[in-house]
Formats: sequence, structure tokens, C-alpha cells
Amino acid sequence: MYVEMRKICKKFGDYEAAKSIDFGIEKGKMAALLGPSGSGKTTILRILAGLEKQDSGDVIIEGRVVNDIPASKRGIGFVFQNYALFRYMTVYDNIAFGLKVQKADKHQMKERVNEMISLIGLEGLEKRYPDQLSGGQRQRVAFARAIVPNPQLLLLDEPFAAIDAKVRKELRAWLKEMIEKVGITSIFVTHDQDEAVELADDIIIINEGNLEQMGSPVSIYKHPETPFVAHFIGTSNTLDNLSGFKGFEGIEAGKKVIIRPEFVEVFKNDNQRFKNLMDATEEGIIKKIAFRGSYLELTMLVNGVLLTTTRSLERRSVSVGEKMRVLLHRVYLFDDTNAEMRAEIYKNELLKGVDIEML
Amino acid sequence: MKERREIIVKWMLIGISFLFFIIMLVLPLLEVIVRALADGWDSYCNAISADHTLSALKVTLIATVIALAVNTVFGLAAAWALTKFDFFGRNVLSTLIDIPFSISPVIAGLAFIMTFGRSGWMAPVLDWINQTLGTDIALVFSVPGVVLATIFVTFPFVSREIIPILYAQGSDEEEAAALMGAKGFTIFRKITFPHIKWGLLYGMILCTARAFGEFGAVYAISKTRGETFTLPLEIDALYMTGSADSITQAFAVSSLLVAMAVVILIGKNIVEYYGRKRK
Ligand SMILES: Nc1ncnc2c1ncn2[C@@H]1O[C@H](COP(=O)(O)OP(=O)(O)OP(=O)(O)O)[C@@H](O)[C@H]1O
Ligand SMILES: [Mg+2]
Repeated sequence: MYVEMRKICKKFGDYEAAKSIDFGIEKGKMAALLGPSGSGKTTILRILAGLEKQDSGDVIIEGRVVNDIPASKRGIGFVFQNYALFRYMTVYDNIAFGLKVQKADKHQMKERVNEMISLIGLEGLEKRYPDQLSGGQRQRVAFARAIVPNPQLLLLDEPFAAIDAKVRKELRAWLKEMIEKVGITSIFVTHDQDEAVELADDIIIINEGNLEQMGSPVSIYKHPETPFVAHFIGTSNTLDNLSGFKGFEGIEAGKKVIIRPEFVEVFKNDNQRFKNLMDATEEGIIKKIAFRGSYLELTMLVNGVLLTTTRSLERRSVSVGEKMRVLLHRVYLFDDTNAEMRAEIYKNELLKGVDIEML
Repeated sequence: MKERREIIVKWMLIGISFLFFIIMLVLPLLEVIVRALADGWDSYCNAISADHTLSALKVTLIATVIALAVNTVFGLAAAWALTKFDFFGRNVLSTLIDIPFSISPVIAGLAFIMTFGRSGWMAPVLDWINQTLGTDIALVFSVPGVVLATIFVTFPFVSREIIPILYAQGSDEEEAAALMGAKGFTIFRKITFPHIKWGLLYGMILCTARAFGEFGAVYAISKTRGETFTLPLEIDALYMTGSADSITQAFAVSSLLVAMAVVILIGKNIVEYYGRKRK
């Protein structure tokens, strides 16, 4: 492991912002700290950087415990949540600052700064002040400023939060490319799962100061380990029970059910592909159809509960009020009286032996 | 209809403001100049070059310069402490800074007499210092006392100007600089100071203006005309003498203070202008 946190705890007064956080990231990887607002993401990042001191636990970088090493000596580049560019310095001076305080050779400094400026594609804007730049340009400057002294680890706190949705997509791709180019281990904070899924090799999900789950985007999506993760990742409905649904009679009383849109299949009565599975379906009525750009989102009333699912635009058209067959092939189960309990997958019993993914 | 009413309101407000301004400020100040020159240019020059006047001018300048220097340094320190650190007693300190604003300066002067005067509890300490250092410092009825009183009443100006700026700025930029290895003083010089520069200058100007004009606190602590009197005290003394001559002299000396105030006002406007422009 290149960067590790071992049993990191941090309290602000009585409030536990980090509860025994444990994780490690391999060299060259990009990890995302994902969680809702106030969950402790910034706190964890700041402890890693040495801007905040943990109450207990160890921070390890390159096999060395750095608890007592000041932030400036940890070899870390940090991009702040709102960039924190030096307002009274030009783009050039902002980027050069880290080298200046290290009393770098004038000539080399100039070379390195110019190299950074062309890397971020801001040639010609060296003399501008931060308030004369767009959000995206500021972010690039913040990135360049953080990596100019060649840090081994780059930490980014919500690098895209202050940027509007359209530019954000471009910048994401840009940042990923840059980080790969520089080949630096990096951790970024986000509360946007699309961002985490798109950029990160590993996702670390944080909730109320707890590390809920760590893993690749796919494994987190497919195998959520806790109710929180099951709920937080993707869109989902939570139901108290599934009474009336065929194939789910075996669910223990008291367990809650999380249903993702992908778990619900909706088709017309005369559908050929699913004709062998008609016995396992329920009848549902389309309550709402929302156009989502490249697909439709259907809200179905089934056995007195509302389920959401998606439908490709390539399929036959449907209308509100239309009766459809609804196939629920699996759900997540969890026990919300017991937070320690892992979330589990429960498959429709009528589909035993059927591989739904093959259809 | 609505537009016409708005125009009437606008001009009425402007008219009232100007009228008020002229009656309350411009006329009295013009009166000062007119009265000062009532006995002609020569006697005006005599009045402002009289020994007592020059001594008062000197004391005023000394008190102002020292108060300005001390308050700039301590104001910066206090503002920094209040905004960048979280410590026990922070709210108390924040309230204490404002005390000079909220209590009458006369009380401050009297408090100094009670503390440092012959029978004050600090008197033995002062005696001890004088004995060991072989000095002869007196804080009451002396120039150092005047300086102290001036420092007291002008203390909040600098810190109050920069505290809001430091608050609004947060500590992100400083943290970023520290993370890159900048040391405390470099951070102050390169990151913090450019932020507070104009506010600091503005606070210093207000501090100067107040120091020039301070009367109450100094009045309590300064009793010797020609030695420890400041300009406002000298003006009061001349005026209280009551002869036609001395009243004219009082106005002549007043015109000095007015001139100093005008200079400060111009300085203040320049600072405000540039301060705004940099935003
Ligand atoms: N200096 C502090 N003093 C007291 N409480 C704090 C401090 N810093 C953070 N907290 C608290 O700790 C919790 C976690 O804060 P943190 O900033 O780490 O959240 P976050 O996950 O980064 O949230 P966001 O997505 O909104 O930035 C919050 O409840 C916050 O109020
Ligand atoms: Mg945060």
C-alpha cells in the first residue's frame, strides 16, 4: 500500500467526524472518497494532508508513519474545495509559489512553471489574476499549483463542485488524463457518484464518519455490503415488505427491501422474449413516464407499491395507464434495526435456474 | 405619476441632506476660518506660532504617532489572534477590544489617574521601575500619560477594520501556502497582508483622526498648559480665557486642527478609492 490510514479517529468537540477509518491505496491509483454532505470526507482528506490532527490512529505514506510530520513535509499536493488560489497573485505567481518558497533555482523555476502552464493549456493567461479566470481555468491553475513541486500524492477536495454541469464533464476527462500523464497517486472527494464511478479505480464510501465500503466501482455497484451503500449508489426504492409479490414469500418478516430500477423488467403481455417467465410476473399499471434523454423512466403501480424502472427508447412505445407485465427478479434485503448487518441479495424464487442476464 | 413622486422624493432627500450638511458642518467650519482671520493675517500667524500652540502641536503629534504605531501593531496582533485561533477567552477578548468605543473617554482618563496616580495601586510599581532604571517617568499629568490615554481611546480602530476582512477571507489561502512550505512571516507578507492592506490603512487613518481630536481622556490626565496640553486642550484653554483676543486665537489654533482633518479626509478618500478598485 502506498497511502494508508489505520484506525483514524477524529472528534470535533463531542461530534465524531471520523470513526476508526481504515483503508489503503496502491501507488499510481486514483481513489474517490464518496459520501453525502457532512459525512467526513474533507476531514479525512485533511488528516491525510496533515492539515488536521487525528485523535488516534496512524497515517502512513510510503511505509512511513507521518503522524508527526508537518503538512509541508509530507510531499502532498492539495487542491482545495474552492481552490484557495492566491487572489493577489497572478496565474504565474500562483503556480510558482511552491517553488519560490523552496528557494528553487530561478531559471529552473521559470522552466517548470512554463511547462505547467502549457500542460494545463493556459498559455497567454500568465498575467491574469484569479478573479479574471473562469471556474474551469481556476481549477486548472489550482491543479498546476498543487503538482508543480512534484508531490507523490495529490489530494483533491471536490475538484468539480464549483463548476457548472457541462464544463464539469470536460474537466473530469481532462483531470483524469492529466493525472495519468503525471502518474501520481491521487485521492479525490466527491458527493457525485457519476464522478466517482467515471474517474476512480477505487471508491471509498463514507457515511457519518464511518467507512461503509471500499472497492472498485463495479463491485460497489453490484455487491453493496451495507444498507447505506445499497441505497446511496444508484437510484432505488425502499419498501417495508414485498407482500403479494410472487417468488418473494420467503423473506423474513421485519426485513426491509431495496429495489433498483435494473431489478425490474417491464414488458407488454405479448412479449416474446419473456414469454416463458409470464408466471413469475405481476400486473402493473404505468403511472408516470419521464423522458430522461436517452431512455424513459417509468413509474409502475404494482401490488399497491410504486416501482421505478427504465425503458429503452428502441422498444415499443407505452402510455400512461397502460397495463404491463412486471418482473421483479431480485432485491436487496437489509435489517435496519441492526446496522452491523450486511445487505444481501434475494433472488426471485420462481426464477431459480433462469439466468436473467442471459435474456 | 409614480415617476414624478419618485423624483420629488429624490430631490427632497438630496436637499435635506445638503441643508443639514451645510448647517451642521460647512457653516461652523467656515465660521472657524473666518473667526481665525478676524484680526488679520499677522495675528493669525502669531497665534499659531505662539509657544503654547507649538508645544500643544508637538504633544499632539507625539501622542498620535506613538498611538498609531502601538495600535497598528497590537491591533494586527489582536485581530490575528481573534480570527485565526480558537482559544479560551476569545469572546472575552473580542468584547474587551471594543471597550474604548463604549465608555466615555473621561472615565478612561480618570481610571488612569486612579491606577497610576500618587495613590493608585500601580504607583509603587512605577516607583520601583523608576528607581531601578534611574528614570523619572510619570504617567499622570505628563506626556507619557497623554500618550497612554490616546492609545487607549484609539485602540479599536485598526483591529475593527481588519477583523471582518480576516474573517471573510478564511484561512484557506494561508493553509495552501503553509502546505507548500511557506513559513509564518512569508505567509503574512505574501498572502495575508495584501488582503488587509487597504483596511489596515483605513483603520490607521481613522486612528490618526481620532488621536488628533481626542479631548476627554486627555483632559482628565493633562493639567499643564504649554507642557502636556494637546491642541484640543489648548483651544479649550484659549477659549475659556474669554478675552476677545484669546477667542480669536482659539479659532486660529482650531483652524490648524481643521487643516489636519482635511488632509486626513483626503487621505481617507484616496485609500477608499484604491481599496474599492482592487476589489
Ligand atoms: N473544525 C470543525 N469544528 C467542528 N466541527 C467540524 C469541523 N470540521 C468539520 N466538522 C464537522 O464534521 C463533520 C464532517 O465534516 P466534513 O467537512 O469532513 O464533511 P464533508 O463530508 O467534507 O462534507 P461536504 O460534502 O459538505 O464538504 C460535519 O458534521 C462538520 O460539521
Ligand atoms: Mg467537504
